[in-house]
Amino acid sequence: MRAPIPISLCVNGERVDAHVLPRLNLADFLREHLHLTGTHVGCEHGACGACTVRVNDEIIRACLVLAVQTHGASVLTIEGLSDSGEVADLQAAFRDRNALQCGYCTPGMLMAAQDLLKQDAEPDRKQIREHLSGNYCRCTGYQAIVDAVETTARLRRERKS
Amino acid sequence: MTDSPANTETLSVLDRPNSYIGKTVPRPNLDRLLQGRGLYVSDMELPRMVHVVFLRSPHAHARIVEIDAGAAKRLPGVIAVVTGRELEAVITPWVGVLSHLKGLKSAPQSAIAIDRVCWQGEAVAAVVATNRAAAEDAAEHVLVEYQELEAVTDMRTTLDPQTPVIHPALGDNLAFERNHDAGHVDQAFAASDEVVEADFVFGRHTGVTLEPRAVVADWNAAEARLTIYQGTQAPHMVQNIAALHLGLQEQQVRVVCKDVGGSFGIKVHIYADEMATYALSKMLRRPIKFVADRVESFNTDIHARDHRCKGRIGIQRDGTITAFEIDDLTGIGPYSMYPRTSAIEANQVVNLVGGPYTTKNYRARARVVFQNKNVMCQYRAVGHPIACSVTEGLVDLAAMKIGMDPVEIRRRNLIADDAYPCASPSGLRFEKLSHHASLDKLLEMMNYEGLRTEQAALRKNNIHRGIGIASFIEVTNPSAAFYGVGGAKISSQDGVAVRLGAQGSVICQTSITEQGQGSESLTAQIVGSVLGVSMDRVRVMLGDTDHTPYGGGTWASRGAGIGGEAALRAAKVLRKNILDVAAAILQSSPAELDIANNSVVNTDDGTPRIELRELARIVYFRPDTLPPGIQPELMATRHFVPREYPFAFTNGVQASWLEVDTETGFVKLLRHWVVEDCGTIINPQLVDEQIRGGVVQGLGAALFEKCIYDERGQLTNANMADYLVPMSGEMPDIDVGHVVSPTLESELGAKGAGEAGTAGAAAAVTNAVNDALRPFGTIVTEIPLTPQVILTALGRI
Repeated sequence: MRAPIPISLCVNGERVDAHVLPRLNLADFLREHLHLTGTHVGCEHGACGACTVRVNDEIIRACLVLAVQTHGASVLTIEGLSDSGEVADLQAAFRDRNALQCGYCTPGMLMAAQDLLKQDAEPDRKQIREHLSGNYCRCTGYQAIVDAVETTARLRRERKS
Repeated sequence: MTDSPANTETLSVLDRPNSYIGKTVPRPNLDRLLQGRGLYVSDMELPRMVHVVFLRSPHAHARIVEIDAGAAKRLPGVIAVVTGRELEAVITPWVGVLSHLKGLKSAPQSAIAIDRVCWQGEAVAAVVATNRAAAEDAAEHVLVEYQELEAVTDMRTTLDPQTPVIHPALGDNLAFERNHDAGHVDQAFAASDEVVEADFVFGRHTGVTLEPRAVVADWNAAEARLTIYQGTQAPHMVQNIAALHLGLQEQQVRVVCKDVGGSFGIKVHIYADEMATYALSKMLRRPIKFVADRVESFNTDIHARDHRCKGRIGIQRDGTITAFEIDDLTGIGPYSMYPRTSAIEANQVVNLVGGPYTTKNYRARARVVFQNKNVMCQYRAVGHPIACSVTEGLVDLAAMKIGMDPVEIRRRNLIADDAYPCASPSGLRFEKLSHHASLDKLLEMMNYEGLRTEQAALRKNNIHRGIGIASFIEVTNPSAAFYGVGGAKISSQDGVAVRLGAQGSVICQTSITEQGQGSESLTAQIVGSVLGVSMDRVRVMLGDTDHTPYGGGTWASRGAGIGGEAALRAAKVLRKNILDVAAAILQSSPAELDIANNSVVNTDDGTPRIELRELARIVYFRPDTLPPGIQPELMATRHFVPREYPFAFTNGVQASWLEVDTETGFVKLLRHWVVEDCGTIINPQLVDEQIRGGVVQGLGAALFEKCIYDERGQLTNANMADYLVPMSGEMPDIDVGHVVSPTLESELGAKGAGEAGTAGAAAAVTNAVNDALRPFGTIVTEIPLTPQVILTALGRI
């Protein structure tokens, strides 16, 4: 049980091969083995959402998934999401609205917000609040985040039409 | 804009063309955090770095009989297992007292417990290993034999003769007592038409910073120097304390503060485990990293607000408040926290109760007692939510008693806006507050009459909504009166150094720190405005004791008011120095020149004369071309501390509109309003977001947050699933308005805003719940207002 297990996965578009202990969770694997420290650890038991990443197009809590479970999977972290430009508009809206203070929840919050916007092009404030309810923020009081997500949704709709 | 009238000498530096003051501009460097490229201490790695995990006591109070680390030391990856007795050789214990809090006593506290543990969670051994998992594995193999002692947990019986004394050398469990008696309280109560009493109970809660406390300590034996990377609000304080207890000179300690994942007062203290980490680095001669896990955070981050306060108010039929009286009791854990002490919150409660009102009759007693629970100390809005909830709760109860509207009783008793300067019965001096203007603005924003109509209509449908109002005062811009006078080496002044770089950009070093409030932004806004330089050319450096002027840091709503004024003053000097050089180069006079848009311009018509980049080139690379005798000084440093007023008080008022489900006891927040007066507003967006964030922390205390201890001193909900914090789905939108009464003590005129939201939120919510429950003839005076509390009040359970 203590022997490392080989895994192979895709992280932010790059192939990664590693030997990991079975007990290593994905958040620690990303942070400590791959030095992708944009994935933050807040509670280590799936409550706070700071470690939210995308695995095979679904957002998950990286602290609740073992690294070995991601063998063969495609993992996207905030670093990859930023570099691809997929959420550049959402990030700009967060910046303009000051929708972050300490920034610790922000990568997970962006992951969750983008997940919502992919599912629903026109969420109302209540839906935004509901969808982000698994991501704790202790600084902002959430309103600025809701505003930024709402603004991004509107701008994306305007761009499409 | 260049054709605007141009005598800038008659304008305040804040009114100059292109000023950033009062404008919403995005904070610099947010992209770093948005892209996951921040550097929090928990992200840091250094060569040869190892990890420490603390084995913590499962008992609230026990004697340590024996520690057997033999098996743990033999496990792979383990570097050392260190007990308190062993670490004692490296770091000295401390006692958390301040001389101006007369009579405050506490016992010596060690970095790791020696012989005895006094709360569940106190460290008994440090396990150092090559990685955290290995350290945690090894910690399970450290065998500690405890002899359990009786735990003192209920603050109400702590002072009883039959209760064991936690620190026998202190004689009793009373840490601190303050009594205050102003005016003629007994006569006032005797002459009152009505006297109303209530017992207010506040749940012990904590800050829950999303990034737990984290420190990397790096003792370089070859340099005899310790570098501490820590998410702290007060780097120079950490430097002083670490040096003091490790037997070092201050210059041997450097404290570096990178990105900080939330602080709220949690990270303004120095914790025993942090001290242990510094000491372990020195002992083991290598970098040591400590990051608290969430269970440790709940068990060791300071708690706050565990108060029970009996309150009394006297009232006349015409609505005149005649007197306030309180008797406050708070349990602070087994030690007064170091170095700021744990008596400050109770002291603040005594200071602040009744503060917005005119009555001069005020009597208070506050007692601070020891108990075997985690330590309590200063958390955002220290004492304010308690004082505000007691005061505003009593005011509403008094209004209810005489059948007066809650707005009307406040109108009749709030200190008049033209009565300043004046002082409160507890001796607080107010320079200029705006209670009435703030209340008027609030009522307009919320459409008070409209809500009352809606409330009445909904009552008929058995829908019970309530309106709660809470006026408050807030301590900001603290002078040396807070800590310095008590002997703590915690600076109340801050310094800023500004220089014009060789390429014409501006580099600014400030002693205030950033944890997301916008310290970097406000500094750049002020410096850019005063210098006439665009913000993108201003780089702000903070959080490094090697590279910033000496100062207090960011806490107690002091960054903008104190650090901002220092920035303004330094930039003014640099501006003058630049203009002196420019006048020499241009064969003009400084009075005929100004700086705008990164260039020296003519004062009268704004014509650009020389770009700052060109001026810098001449100064740094061709000084030989300057006239003889000119020695440019393109760097200026200034410091600031308020001297006239010990604190710059601000004021404000909040309102809550909510619905109580009388079947389930759930409270649904519908809307929240705040009007706040923090003086000059540097960045409206940042101020509003500080207030919103503060309100939501206050709402958490009002509805959800409580550290639940059992009678044996066990914290039963030390995780984020069982300890509830506000989530986005249950929080309301919050409207924020302002009244602006600048302090005249600084040119900037800014007061603090960081704690206003937290100060009054719980009081507004509690008053609203009681307003909603009015037809049921019951009141609640306990927070958090859980369904259980509400259903109990309703007699449903």
